[in-house]
Amino acid sequence: MLELHSINRSFGERQVLHDVSFTVERGRMTGFVGGNGAGKTTTMRVILGVLSADSGTVTLDGTPLTADLRTDFGYMPEERGLYPKMPVLEQIIYLGRLHGMTAAEAKESAETLLTKLGLGERLTDTVESLSLGNQQRAQIAAALVHNPEVLVLDEPFSGLDPIAVEVVLNVLKDYASGGAPVLFSSHQLDIVERLCDDLVVIADGQIRASGSREGIREAHSSPRFELQLDGDAGWLRSEPGVEVIDFAGGYALFDVDDLATSQRVLQRAIATAPVQRFGPKYPTLAQIFTEVIQ
Amino acid sequence: MTRYQSPSPLTATWLVAEREIRMRLRSKAFLISTGILMLVVLAGVVLPSVLGGNSSLPKVAAVGEAVSSVEQLGTLDVTEAASVDEAENLVRSEDVDAAIVPGDGPTGYTVIGLDEAPSDIIAALSVSPPVQLLDENGMNPGLVYIVALGFGLVFFMSAITFGSTIAQSVVEEKQTRIVEILMSTVPVRVLLAGKILGNSLLAFGQIIIIALLAGIGLLATGQDILLADVGPSIVWFAVFFAAGFVLLAALFAAAAALVSRQEDLGSVTSPVTMLIMIPYFLVIFFNDNPLVLSIMSYVPFSAPVGMPMRVFLGSAEWWEPLLSLAILLTSTVAVVAFGSRVYANGLLRTGARVKLSDALAK
Repeated sequence: MLELHSINRSFGERQVLHDVSFTVERGRMTGFVGGNGAGKTTTMRVILGVLSADSGTVTLDGTPLTADLRTDFGYMPEERGLYPKMPVLEQIIYLGRLHGMTAAEAKESAETLLTKLGLGERLTDTVESLSLGNQQRAQIAAALVHNPEVLVLDEPFSGLDPIAVEVVLNVLKDYASGGAPVLFSSHQLDIVERLCDDLVVIADGQIRASGSREGIREAHSSPRFELQLDGDAGWLRSEPGVEVIDFAGGYALFDVDDLATSQRVLQRAIATAPVQRFGPKYPTLAQIFTEVIQ
Repeated sequence: MTRYQSPSPLTATWLVAEREIRMRLRSKAFLISTGILMLVVLAGVVLPSVLGGNSSLPKVAAVGEAVSSVEQLGTLDVTEAASVDEAENLVRSEDVDAAIVPGDGPTGYTVIGLDEAPSDIIAALSVSPPVQLLDENGMNPGLVYIVALGFGLVFFMSAITFGSTIAQSVVEEKQTRIVEILMSTVPVRVLLAGKILGNSLLAFGQIIIIALLAGIGLLATGQDILLADVGPSIVWFAVFFAAGFVLLAALFAAAAALVSRQEDLGSVTSPVTMLIMIPYFLVIFFNDNPLVLSIMSYVPFSAPVGMPMRVFLGSAEWWEPLLSLAILLTSTVAVVAFGSRVYANGLLRTGARVKLSDALAK
């Protein structure tokens, strides 16, 4: 389990992170969302030790992170890049060796990984000669060559074509199911919603919400229901304990004060006209996000 | 999952250095320019003696009784001519440089030249008085100039070449953003140390090959006496260069870490380039000025050129190179500390040029 405890960090006068604390559980995919400049990249850089925190600690299973522990981390920075004039395989081997692999281990791992990512034919080509999508795949290999125990990925899906998104997704799921804590940030809230088990929301350098996806969803959704009738649903407006949010002929979206009210509404609806649809309406992640960061 | 031990700082430094060297040796531009530099040095050492060796003894034509007395000198290549007319024809056709014919006057000869008095032949025929020099250590000014030019040029070329290689390699990593992956893998100090080590080894290797080439060239062309004069100062040059280059390398790396694009590199590295160019010009223009040389030999940036020059001229006491080396090493340690701070703070700031004060602050 990767834990951040009250991380603070300023650049000059500007404080970028305020008491940032959250947990990335083993075996779970944790999505990290926030607007531009909210502090996602800075937080990830602190986890990786690329930036130092002014105060606060990061621990893995209770042990404060050291350079040696971080050797087992796989990191994909938001700003992508590899040496343009260096052949792909050689470059991935080099990074593997910097992580402490022997030349033979690094070579084997790099070849396997690049082949799995569909670059098996391009091993000796320089990075600059690869297409953008293939460069992204090489970038993923760079983060994974040393079989990391913890994955931290900054916007891993940006700039990927749909096929590559699936490839990366499967790799990440493999890692998570293997028991690794996986933290990834994304602007694409629909992807995060589909993928993550846990969620951390950051705004203005402060953690606004964190926990399981369902937990956050429940915590941030008022009891909202959706009703579709074959007749007019105008009577809902005068129903006690009901606040209508959206209304169009037979369709109504409404909040209730408690669940008993929703049952009463359903019974009355059935008595009034044939009911096409009735059920709780969960907010999307994007809606929660907008609500949480305000 | 396999757990890998993070490499020791030394191992990691060597991995970084090795990559720098490998990539550099793979660059055709680098190999070609190194080849040209070596050819120039070899030509500079060998050509003068080869060209000089071709001009054998001056050729003269001699007539009558002049023949035997001129041959006795042994310093002229004598062609015997039957008459003065024939000798004159030989001079006109430039088969010989001059003709020596019997004549009046105290020597008993007349020298016939083509369009000017053949001074080397006249000197060969003359009697010279003994010469005593008061300053026996005095060096041939031409030789001093060539040695000064040699040290200055080799220092200048190597420092600029490998200094800008470091600068480019720093900016390449910033520009391509790979630097963040590197920083998350190895400490920044290791990254900087590896870069400096790799390029210093290349620069040093180049200097040693040049020194060997120059030495072999001097020996092969029979200029061993010159080698004995220059040898010790070449050794000092190598020692000073090693320390001085590390200092410059740290400055180049720090300067380069302030910018994010190759295009901006020129403006930030120009102060460092000036530090290399100034000693080069000073040693060429002031190699006969003891005061300038003395100052140069203690200022860390110019000591790698100034001190070997003074050792060559014999104007340095035995302890002076050691003192100057101590000053240089101390400044190198200080500059490397300063450079690595700027480097570490500049690396993640992409976009506009980073102010030096900002890079030092945090």
